[in-house]
Order: sequence, then structure tokens, then C-alpha cells
Amino acid sequence: MDSRRAPRAVIDPKVRQVGFFAPGAPPERSHSSPPDPDFPKSSSPPVSDVPPTGNSLSPVMIPPPRHASDNMLLHTRPAASPLRGDSITAGSYNSSSDFFPAPMSPSPSSYSNKVVGEGDLFDGIASPGRGVRGNAGKVASSFPRGGFDMTAMKANSVPASQLTTVSVVNDPPVIAEKDKADKGGGLTVDAKEQPSSSKQQKEKLSKAERRALQEAQRAAKAAAKAEGSKASGAAANAKPAKAAKPSQKVDNASVAGAEKKGSDRPSEKDRKKDVPQPRMQYDDKSRVEKAKRRAVVKQTEARNRVELFRHLPQYEHGSQLPNLVAKFFQLDPMHPAVYKVGLQYLSGDISGGNARCIAMLQAFQEVIKDYRVPPEKALARDLTAKISSYVSFLIECRPLSISMGNAIRFLKSRIAKLPLTLSEAEAKASLESDIDRFISEKIILANKVITKHAVTKIRDGDVLLTYGSSSAVEMILLNAHELGKQFRVVIVDSRPKLSGQLLLRRLVAKGLSCTYTHINAVSYIMHEVTRVFLGASSVLSNGTVYSRVGTACVAMVAHAFRVPVLVCCEAYKFHERVQLDSICSNELGDPDVVSKVQGREDVNHLDGWANKDNLQLLNLIYDATPSDYVSMIVTDYGMVPPTSVPVIVREYRREQLWI
Amino acid sequence: MWYRSASFILDNRLQNDAALAPDAFSTSPPGGTGTTRTSMADAPQNPNPNPTISAYYQTRAAHHGVVTSDWLAQAQAAIDQNPDGNATSGSDVRGLDTDKPFGVIDEFNNWRKQPDLAEAVAAIRALAAVIRSSKATTMMELEIELKKASDSLKSWDTTSISLTAGCDLFMRYVTRTAALEYEDFNSAKSRLIERAEKFGEISYKARKVIAMLAQDFIFDGCTILVHGYSRVVLEVLRLSAQNKKRFRVLCTEGRPDRSGLRLSNELAKLNIPVKLLIDSAVAYTMDEVDMIFVGADGVVESGGIINMMGTYQIALVAHSMNKPVYVAAESYKFARLYPLDQKDLAPALLPIDFGVPIPSKVEVERSARDYTPPQYLTLLFTDLGVLTPSVVSDELIQLYL
Repeated sequence: MDSRRAPRAVIDPKVRQVGFFAPGAPPERSHSSPPDPDFPKSSSPPVSDVPPTGNSLSPVMIPPPRHASDNMLLHTRPAASPLRGDSITAGSYNSSSDFFPAPMSPSPSSYSNKVVGEGDLFDGIASPGRGVRGNAGKVASSFPRGGFDMTAMKANSVPASQLTTVSVVNDPPVIAEKDKADKGGGLTVDAKEQPSSSKQQKEKLSKAERRALQEAQRAAKAAAKAEGSKASGAAANAKPAKAAKPSQKVDNASVAGAEKKGSDRPSEKDRKKDVPQPRMQYDDKSRVEKAKRRAVVKQTEARNRVELFRHLPQYEHGSQLPNLVAKFFQLDPMHPAVYKVGLQYLSGDISGGNARCIAMLQAFQEVIKDYRVPPEKALARDLTAKISSYVSFLIECRPLSISMGNAIRFLKSRIAKLPLTLSEAEAKASLESDIDRFISEKIILANKVITKHAVTKIRDGDVLLTYGSSSAVEMILLNAHELGKQFRVVIVDSRPKLSGQLLLRRLVAKGLSCTYTHINAVSYIMHEVTRVFLGASSVLSNGTVYSRVGTACVAMVAHAFRVPVLVCCEAYKFHERVQLDSICSNELGDPDVVSKVQGREDVNHLDGWANKDNLQLLNLIYDATPSDYVSMIVTDYGMVPPTSVPVIVREYRREQLWI
Repeated sequence: MWYRSASFILDNRLQNDAALAPDAFSTSPPGGTGTTRTSMADAPQNPNPNPTISAYYQTRAAHHGVVTSDWLAQAQAAIDQNPDGNATSGSDVRGLDTDKPFGVIDEFNNWRKQPDLAEAVAAIRALAAVIRSSKATTMMELEIELKKASDSLKSWDTTSISLTAGCDLFMRYVTRTAALEYEDFNSAKSRLIERAEKFGEISYKARKVIAMLAQDFIFDGCTILVHGYSRVVLEVLRLSAQNKKRFRVLCTEGRPDRSGLRLSNELAKLNIPVKLLIDSAVAYTMDEVDMIFVGADGVVESGGIINMMGTYQIALVAHSMNKPVYVAAESYKFARLYPLDQKDLAPALLPIDFGVPIPSKVEVERSARDYTPPQYLTLLFTDLGVLTPSVVSDELIQLYL
């Protein structure tokens, strides 16, 4: 019996998680909320209750045998769920990243796994590989549903843990509620501005919560376990002050270590490739907390985030700029050039992949120019650490684009490969010229080469369609016009950025004949189009084009009309990552701009609705276009099919190492 | 066989009787200006900007011995329309021969007259000969000379993809050797010649390699549809027949140059059961076909192929019926081209005989080849191995970057 049950327990959370995300979720939600009042009364019955109500969802709900026999598990679960909530909100002791190097993202879940001692349930989630990324998020999101009957039961016994009981009603608000509580802490932080007091406040909040939870545990579980968690709680109390620093140090050390091992590069590289990128998952609360403590920019998180995109950071826009400006003179570790660029990212003054990358590189050039090696330190290590800290500042202002990531990687590899014999001045000069070379060769020259290639694909009488505003496409169009080709341009644009208008303005000024339309009309206008030229933020190694949101739509419509789609992208924006959807990695913009229309006061139907629990606004910045819809990628290495992006990545990396 | 080539005959006639009446069933539209190449050893500088007959197909026709009356007439008519073109060319040839000690075009034409030698291989041999006979004293000089020779070869016939690709690849393969840097000129030159010869040899043997690779895909009792006359495909089928495979071949007619007829003739000689179809019967017979074998004029960067007109529609039909489409092509046909659609190619024109006079108001599509996108191809058999279409670009990037 047990042997049969165990795998089920492993599979269970996964299945449930699928149901949670699938379109089948709403009906489930609707019929789960009515019986909800009954739940507290009959703790185990709901199990037998549920399958009849939703037969199609039976694998999604809790299977009967499990509960019928396994009361032990039932008892441990209610205890576990608040603890999880706790560990996520308070988090500091659970994050454990000062014990493990940063890339080991699975650690939180496996750690909690140990703490909770509920191996069978969490093994399913913390399975290596796929489940690694955002597993904490999965835990958080899958739990309320999976354990709702238990939490309800526990709520019966322990009224103190309000947060979790509310969660029974319906799920998204639950988490929103939790977030709110969480953010309440964050908001107060902002209001107070004083790091120490804010920390205390937060500590207080979570402490009360934790106490309640501990009581719950005591009620449910053996005393030994409660003690354990108390101990860890005590540890957490002691920790926060020092938690930030050691971890940072570890980061630096690991970076330095990575650089040090320059000699055995292939193995190092392989390892790097195997491990998924340690990207921050914003639904992993413990890490978010940690990051916040380190952060220079105090970003307030927007409240209602859309379910699928909780792992991405979303901030209230417009609030932090004055703060930062005020702090300009206090922040001595930050170089003014970097600071300036960061603010420009934040305010949106610099946007567009190339512009952002160039601005960042030039800021780093300034940094290097002003850099003095501190006594008793090596340039290679200290400068790398410094750059890393600047980069994390820039990330706080706005998430890095993939092209910027590549540029940073380039710079760091240059620093690491500096010969030790070079004097400080020589090393700095060489780095500055390296950066210059990167900008001129990989960005400016690459654009010219792309233009040269792409122009050959424009014939007289063509109608070219472009979406948004891409610098490469603009250069191509202007160049083709200069060459005297007779063609017409259709510029497709979309709210809220309307960046196509700028492009339109410049093209019309140069005398090109243009048509301007919004993306709603793309299927109509596509009839007359003969070529589609698109820019890209990045091209991933399965040929997926990662670009401004709406690009995928344009490409798909073009594909349906059998119009060739040409993507223009410099090779330095290629990345070896593989991405299948637009969800895993993306950027969230200001949700308010979606609900408002500039210059239209009468469109105010959503005013003041931003904080509604059941309203979630989504403003995605990027999307992923599958390679099937792309006919050709025009890059500085020529025109290649999307299938040979990995080849370029391979060759390009090699070349970059040899520069 | 080469002396049966159309241009050769044309040459003779020109010498005998310069003025020939234009033929009655000329299919060339009255507006179609442009001269046909009158001799094999045409001046390298200026091939006609808009030839009525693509030089590439001229060579093929010569090799295959397909000299149709309409073809000749077409050529003749074109010449007569542009008399100054032919007046100079005849004398030019002789002038070239005497003036220049060594002409790459002459060398190329010498090689080209061997019917079994592909155009690109002839070009490769000719370029090797350039190195051999070069009087350059420095590496740079030699390289420039080679570059010039390859450019003149390429401009000799811009419609031939394999010629251009072959020249480019030769330049890449031969001049890209680390040995050049530290050796004295003479040994470096001999190294170059060695490499050039090796490359020529590889290219020459490519067909055999491909046949070895491809014959594994032919199984007993299968039915193969072939389109056009491709020497590689013929080699594959020949080898399979020699290895006692039992298969059946369906041959399309291959209008307008009836290349299918010729292939069926060759296959019949090998005792392979063969059945002729008209070009429009492809979809009709597709359900009894197990695989499609085609050659290629050129393999482009997307992994698609440029081949004789009709390949694209055969591939489409095969794709919709889930039949594999195999392409046999030597690696010197890999070209740095990326057509986006059918019209995105320099058209290679071929005269078409409809049997009846076509009214002048009726336009005739005379393009000789089409582009088959990679998604309709299953595998490419090349001397580099059996490749999926996406690997073509991989190979090209490695060759050219």
C-alpha cells in the first residue's frame, strides 16, 4: 500500500500545479469556493467529496486513498503549510545562500524539504533539472490548493494564522493577500527610509506571525519539531544584520574564484553551461527579501501581479526616482556615471537594446578610468567585484537585457584575462580600448554589415512592414532609400509605448513613403506586404526570437500570409539559452500605462482599480517568437536560417575568447 | 561527345556561313534582346547581362548531347538580332588565344568539354592550373592573380550557382592554410598546388562518395521518382543497381529540355525498370512512390535547393503525402545565397518549344529553375555526409567565417 502511495504523493503536487495553471482552473476555483465553509467542519471528508464534483479534475484533486489511510501525513501537512508560508515571508534563515554558492538555486526548497521532513511531497517539486527554477514559487502557488482542506482544518484548531485561512476562499487573492502583508512590510520600509527601523518592523511582523505558526505546529505536531523551528527562528532573529554581508562576500568570492580558474577554462565553461542561470525568481520570497536588503534602489512592488508572472519583478513606477536623486550624494560606492545610467534606465530615457548596452559600457569605461586599485588587492579581482556590484545596481533599476549580459560577460572575461605583468595604467588602458572595440565592432560596425546584407533583399516595388522601432531596421530602410530603391514602408505600432511613431517621424522626414497603423490592423495590412523586417532584443539558440511584445503576433500573421520574415539582430545579442515561451523570462512594465490612455481623460474606467483584488493588469515587455515563423536572421555574419543560431553562438564565443 | 555541343556546331556554322536566315519557329519574344554566347571561349569580362539562354544550361545541354532544333534556332535568332555581338566574338576568341599566354577561361573550357566533369570541377581544375602556371613571385601576387582568375570565371556565367560556389570554395580551401605563413614562396606555392589538386580530386570523387552514402537508403522493392537529369542521381541509381538492389524508377519527362527522357534512356541501359511520366502526372503517381531523388543546381544557405523547374512542386506534393525527398548534391554546390522566395533569384532562362508558334502577345515563363525551401526536403546526400537541411548552413558558416 505504501509503495503504491508514495509515488502518488510525489506526482500529486505536480499534477495539481498543472491544473492550477491550466485553463481548467477557473471552474475548479468556482466549485471549490462554495464547499469552503464546510471544510472546517469536515476535515477529511472533502477528499471523498471532491472527486464527484469534478470528475474531470480528479487527478487534480487529492486522491482518496491517501487520506483514508494516511492520517500521519494529514497531520503533518497542516503544520507544514504555515511553516512554508512562514519560511517564505520571513525567509532569512531559510534562504541559506550563505552556505551555498549563488548558482545553487534548488537549495531553498531542498532545505525546506529537510526542515519539514515531508520528503515524499517535496521530492516531486524539488526534482532536479526542470523543477529547479522557481520551485519555491511552485511550492507557494501549489500549496494553497493542494493543502486547502488541511489548512482549513488547522484554521479550526489555530485561529491565529489568519493569512492562511483566508487563502481557502480562492487562491489568487490568497497569495495577493500574502503579498500584501509582505509588501506592507516593504512599504513601511520605504516610508521610513531608515534601514534599521524598517528591518525591525519587518522582523516584528514576521515574528508575530511565526509565533502563531509555531503554536500551530505545537498543536499539530510533536514537541521536538517545534523546538527545532524555534531554534531556527532564533537563529533568524540573530542573523539579518550579518546575513547580507557574508552572502555578498560569497558572491564576490565565487566570482573571483571563477576568474581565477582561467587556466582550466573548458571545464569551467562546461560547468557554467550545465547549470541554469541563477536568475532571480521574484516569487521566491526569501531571496527577494535578501535582495531588497542589499538594494540601493528601493523599488516598491506593484500589488496585483498576474498569476503566471509572479516570478518576475514588478514595481510601482515613478516613486523611486526622487528618492534616488536625493540620495545621489550619499552613495559613495556607486560611481556617478553608473548612477546616471541607472537613473536613465529607470526613467526610460535610454531604451532600446543597443542604446542601453552602449550607455552601460561607456559608464563602465568611466569607472575604469577613475579606478584605483586598493592596496593589497589585485586589479582583476577587485575590479570584477566592483563591476558586479554596479551591475546589480543596474539590474535594480531595470532588468538587464540579454545583450547587456553578453557585454558584461565580455568585459569580465577581458578583465580576467589581463596579463598579470601589466601595470595598472596599462591594464586600464587596454580595458578601455577593449570596450571601445566592442562598441565599434560588435554594435556599430555590425549594424552596418547587417544593413549591407539586408538591403540586398529589398527590391523595387516592395512593401516592407516593420513593427515598433528597431535601430537596425531603421538603418536598413534609410540605406535602401539612399540607394534609390523604390519601396513603401508599413510601420505597425502598439500601445502603450507607441515607439513606432518616432521611427515614422524620422522616416517621413527622410522622404520615405510610409503607412502607419496599429497592431490591431496587422492582418488587414499584411495582404499588401512583401517583406517583414523585425528587430530583436535577443535571439536564443533554438532560433526563438526574443523581442518587443507583439513581434510574435506580427511574425505569425506574416507567416500565415506567406510573407517572409527577416529578423535583424547583431550577433552579440545571441544567447545560448533556450526558451520556449514568453513566461519564464520576461520583463514587466508599469501596469498602469495599460489601463490609462494618454491624452484621453474620458477613458478612466479603471481609475482607482489598481488595488482591486480580482483585477490584475499585465504589461509585458517582451515576447518570444518561435523559429518556425522566422524565414531568416540577418546578422553581422551574414544571412542565416534560425536553425544555425547555435553555430554562430559557438563560433562567436570562441572568437570572443580569442580577441 | 563535346563536339556535338550546340555551341560547337554553332561555331562551325558561323565560320562557314555567317548569315543564316532566322528560323520560322523562333520562340523568343521580339523584345528579348541579348546575345547567345557564340563560342565557348568567350571574352571573360562581359557575359551578356540578359542572356536568352543561361550559359549554365548551355553547358549542360552540351554535356548531355541534347541539341534540339528549337534550341539552335533560338540561339541563332538571338545572334541575328544582335549582329554586332557575333561579329566581334568570332575574331575575339582567336585574338585572346594568341595574346594571352594563359587564359583561365580557356583552361576552364578545356576541362569543361569532358562530359562527365561538372562545371564547378572544371573551374577548380582551371584555377589549379592558374596557380601552376603563375609567374608570380610573392604570395600576395599569387593570391591576387588567383582572385582575378576566379572573378573572371564567376563573371563568365553568373547564372551558374555551382560555378560561383566552386570558385569561392576553392579560394577558401586553398588559400586558407597555415602553412603559407612560415615557408618560402616556392614551397608555399607547391603546397598550394597540392591543396588545389587535392580539392579538385575531392570534388571529382564527390559523386562516388555520394553514391556510396545514398544507396543505403534505397531498399528492395521501392519505387523512386526522379526529376531531371542529374549525374549524381544517375550515379546513385547505377551503384544501387550494381549492388543488386531491386527497385523501380519513375522518370518525369523534364520539359523543356527533356532531360528526363535522357535519364530514362540511361537507366534502361542499366536494366533498371523505368517508367516515363509527363511532368504533370507527379501527383497522380505519388501514392505509389516511396521516395523522391533529385539533384541540385545549387544548395543555398537555408538548406533549400535550387534545381530544375518542377522540383518545388514535386517536393510540395511529396510533403503533403509524407514521402521523403532526398537531394544528391556535391558540396561544391553549397552557395552563399539565401533566396526568400521564388523570385529572389537571378533567373536562368531557357527557351521553350511549344510546338506551335506562340503569338507575340503571349508571355512565356522561361525560367529554368525554382527554389525548394528546406522544410520540404528530408535529407541531403553530400560528400560531407548525409545532412539534414539545417546542417548546410552550419557547414557554410564554418567554411566561410
